[in-house]
Amino acid sequence: MSGIPHDHYEPKTKGEKWLHRRLPVVGLLYDTLMIPTPKNLNWMWIWGIVLVFCLMLQIITGVILVMHYTPHVDMAFASVEHIMRNVNGGWAIRYLHQNGASLFFIAVYLHIFRGLYYGSYKAPREVTWIIGMLIYLLMMGTAFMGYVLPWGQMSFWGATVITGLFGAIPFIGEGIQTWLLGGPAVDNATLNRFLSLHYLLPFIILGLVIVHVWAFHTTGNNNPTGVEVRRTSRKEADADTLPFWPYFVIKDLFALGVILIGFFAIVGFMPNYLGHPDNYIEANPLATPAHIVPEWYFLPFYAILRAFDGEVWVVIAASWITGGIIDAKFFGVLAMFGAIIVMALVPWLDTSSVRSGRFRPMFKVAFWIFIVNFFVLMWVGAMPAEGIYPYIALVGSTYWFAYFLVILPILGIIETPLPQPATIEDDFNDHYGGGHKGGVETGGAAAPSPAE
Amino acid sequence: MSHAEDQETGNRRDFLYYATAATGVVVGGAAVWPLVNTMNPSADTRAASTMRVDVSGIAEGTQITVLFLGKPIFIRRRTAPEIEEARAVDVAELVDPDARNPNLDGEVDASDANRTLTPEGIEDTGEWLVMQGVCTHLGCVPLGDGAGDFNGWFCPCHGSHYDTCGRIRRGPAPENLPIPVASFVDEATILLG
Repeated sequence: MSGIPHDHYEPKTKGEKWLHRRLPVVGLLYDTLMIPTPKNLNWMWIWGIVLVFCLMLQIITGVILVMHYTPHVDMAFASVEHIMRNVNGGWAIRYLHQNGASLFFIAVYLHIFRGLYYGSYKAPREVTWIIGMLIYLLMMGTAFMGYVLPWGQMSFWGATVITGLFGAIPFIGEGIQTWLLGGPAVDNATLNRFLSLHYLLPFIILGLVIVHVWAFHTTGNNNPTGVEVRRTSRKEADADTLPFWPYFVIKDLFALGVILIGFFAIVGFMPNYLGHPDNYIEANPLATPAHIVPEWYFLPFYAILRAFDGEVWVVIAASWITGGIIDAKFFGVLAMFGAIIVMALVPWLDTSSVRSGRFRPMFKVAFWIFIVNFFVLMWVGAMPAEGIYPYIALVGSTYWFAYFLVILPILGIIETPLPQPATIEDDFNDHYGGGHKGGVETGGAAAPSPAE
Repeated sequence: MSHAEDQETGNRRDFLYYATAATGVVVGGAAVWPLVNTMNPSADTRAASTMRVDVSGIAEGTQITVLFLGKPIFIRRRTAPEIEEARAVDVAELVDPDARNPNLDGEVDASDANRTLTPEGIEDTGEWLVMQGVCTHLGCVPLGDGAGDFNGWFCPCHGSHYDTCGRIRRGPAPENLPIPVASFVDEATILLG
C-alpha cells in the first residue's frame, strides 16, 4: 500500500505458506504494521493510538457495565448505583467508562486540530478526513445517548433539549421527534432504544476506524512538513521513513503511558470533576434543573446553537427570505450542524497548495485564534444565556464560520508561504542534527536509523 | 452492461434491468419500513393519550400537577382576585396575543376567557385554568402558586414571568403556556386529550 517501496511479507515456514495461499491475513497484518512512516512525525501524531485505546476501553468497560445495568425508567438510576456500590469493582469500571468518554474527546479534538494545522485533510487525504468526521459525528451521538442511560436529571433534560432540536425542523420536525422518542416525551421507549444504539454505534465506529486506517495507509501518512515521502526509489523512501513497528508503536505506547498517568489520577481522585452533580438526582419529568448544561465536549456547539436568537440580523433575514420557515430555533440547529459540516468540507475550502501550517505565517495566526475561539465557545456554552454571554457566543460562532468559509479560501490566494524543505530527510536532519544533510543524492543515510 | 450505449432507444434487456432494479427498490423499502415504524409510539403509548382527572378535591386558590403524555399539566382553581387581575389586562399589551387554546376554533385572542376551561353543569366563573406546564422557551417546568412578578408562574431556568392565566409577560419565552385538549365530562372530572 501507499506506493512507498518497502519490504513485503514473505511466508517462510510450511505452515505460513499453507495459510498464506488460503487466507493472506498474516500478510495483511504485516503490511499494516510495517507501513513506512515518515520519520519526522512529532508528538501530535500519537493521538490515533490513544483514540484506538479509548475505543477499546469504552467497548470493554461498556460490555461489562451492560451486564449489571437495567434499561428501565424505574430501575436504571438504581442499577447504576448498584454498579457503584455492590458490583465487585463496579465503581472503577463505571468511572473508567465515564471518564474514558472525556479522554476520548480530548484525544479526538487534539487529533482534529493536528489535522487542521498540518493540512492532513488536503489532497490526497480528503477521504481519510471525511471518514474521520463521520467517526466524530458518531462519537457525539454515542456519547449523548450514553449520558442518558444513568437516568439522572441531566440525562433526562439533556435528552429533552437535544431531541427537541429535531422538533425545530419545519413541517416534519414533530413527527421525527416523536419517532426518535417513541412517544410524546422522553420515556421508557427512549431509554431502551438509546441503550440499543449506544451499544451498536461503537462497533460501527470500529468499522469506520478500519476504513480510516486503510485510507491513510493508501495515501501514506502526512507529516509535520507536509512534504510527501519520496517514492522514486527504495533508497530514498528508506531515508524518509521508518517502519511503524517497532519505532512508532513504542513511541505511541510511551505517550499513551504518560497520558494514562493523568487519566488514572482523574479516575482515582476526582472521577466526578468533569461530570455534573445534578445527574446524581434521579430523572424527574416534573422538575427541571435550574441550569441545563451538556457535557464539556459538546459546549462549543451548544454555544453556537444558542448564539443565534431572534435578534440577530442574519436570523431575521433568513426568516424573512424563507417566509418564516427558518425561525430562530431552527436557525440555531442549522448553525450547530453547519459548524461541523463546514469543518468536514475543509479539504475543498482551503485553497492553499502548501500543506503544513508550519510554512504559512498568516494561516498560523488565524489557526491559533481558531483554537482560542474554540475554548472561548466552550466556556461561554457553560454560561447562562443572558447578559454579555450571548454576544460572546455570537462573535465566537461568527469566527468559526469565517475561518472555514472566508479566511481559509482567501489565505490561499494572498499568503506568501515560507520555503519548505525539499525532503523529509532534510527536515529530520535539521531537527536532530544528523550528519546526512543533502540526502541520498550525496550518498548519506543509506540505512534507516532510529532517532537515538 | 447494456446495449443502450450504441442504441438510441432502450431494448428489452434495458427494460428488464430497470424493471428489476425498480422492483428491488420497492421491495427493499417495503421491508425496511416496518422496521422503521417499530420506533414510532407503541399501542400502549398511544392508548395513554387520554386521561381522566378528578378535580373535586381542588380547593380555590390551589392547583395540582398531573403527568400527561410525559409532560406536566397544571390544573388550577383560581381565586377571584387572580381572575380579576388577568381580566384587567389589555390584550394589545401582551407579548403573545394568541390564546394558544386548541379547544377553541380558529385564531382567538389571548383574553382571559379564551384561556380558561368551561365547567359542565355549573356556572362558569372562569376559575378553572388547565395548561401544559412546559415553558415555551426551552421546555423547563415553571414554578406556580403566584410565583413571578405577575403572580402566576415563573420559570427558574431563564426568568420567564407568566401571569395568572399563564400568558407570557416578561422574559425570553416567546409564547403563552399552551392549553392542552381538555373538557369537563362532569362537575368533578376533567378529560385530558
